Amino acid sequence: MDAAQALADLTEISSQIEGAALFGDDGEVAASTFAGEGRARAFAAAARELLDAAGGLRSSAAPNQIEVATAEGSVFVVRDDGRLIAATTTPEPTVGLVFYDLKSCLRAVADDEASKPKPKRRTRKKTEDADDA
Amino acid sequence: MTRRLLALGGLVGFVLALASFVRRGSARRRERVDLYYDDGSMISLPDGSPESERLLALGRDALRAARA
Repeated sequence: MDAAQALADLTEISSQIEGAALFGDDGEVAASTFAGEGRARAFAAAARELLDAAGGLRSSAAPNQIEVATAEGSVFVVRDDGRLIAATTTPEPTVGLVFYDLKSCLRAVADDEASKPKPKRRTRKKTEDADDA
Repeated sequence: MTRRLLALGGLVGFVLALASFVRRGSARRRERVDLYYDDGSMISLPDGSPESERLLALGRDALRAARA
C-alpha cells in the first residue's frame, strides 16, 4: 500500500482524524490529506518543530509519540524508523485509538516499501579497450 | 416587588458567572502535552509550566496550519 492509499484508509477508518501528513525526517512530504501542497508542507514543518522542541526536553531519549491537546483539537506526531506521521483531530479524541491508527498507517507504508523489489545493480561490462590496457 | 426582581437578577447573574467559571476551568483541563519516548518512558507536562506552554503554542501553530 502506498503512502497516499495508507492515508486515505486512515481517514476512512478514524472519524476523529481531520487531516494527516506522512513525511520523512528531512521534512519532505510523502503524502497528505490536505488540499494544497503548501498547506501540507506548513503542517509537516510545524509538526517537525513540535518534535524537535519535545526532543530538547530530554537528552537521554528521543520522543517517538506526541499528543498536544488543546480546546480546539489535538495534534499527534508519531515517528518510526525515519518516517513520521502527524495528524489533527477533533477535541478530546480517543488517544490510544488514534496512536494505534497512526502507527498502523506508518507500518503499512513501511511494509509497502520493504516489499518493493530493489533496483538491480548494473554491472558494467569491461570494454575491449580496458581489457587491452 | 422590586426587591424580588433584584434578588432574581442577582441569582441569574450568579448562575451565569458560575457556569462561565466552570466552562473555562474544564477547557483549561483539556489542554495538555503528553510525550512518549523511545526508551518506553512517558512525560505528561504539568499545566502552566513553561515547557507545556511552549509545546501548546507549537501545537496550536500546527492546528492553524492544518486548518488554514
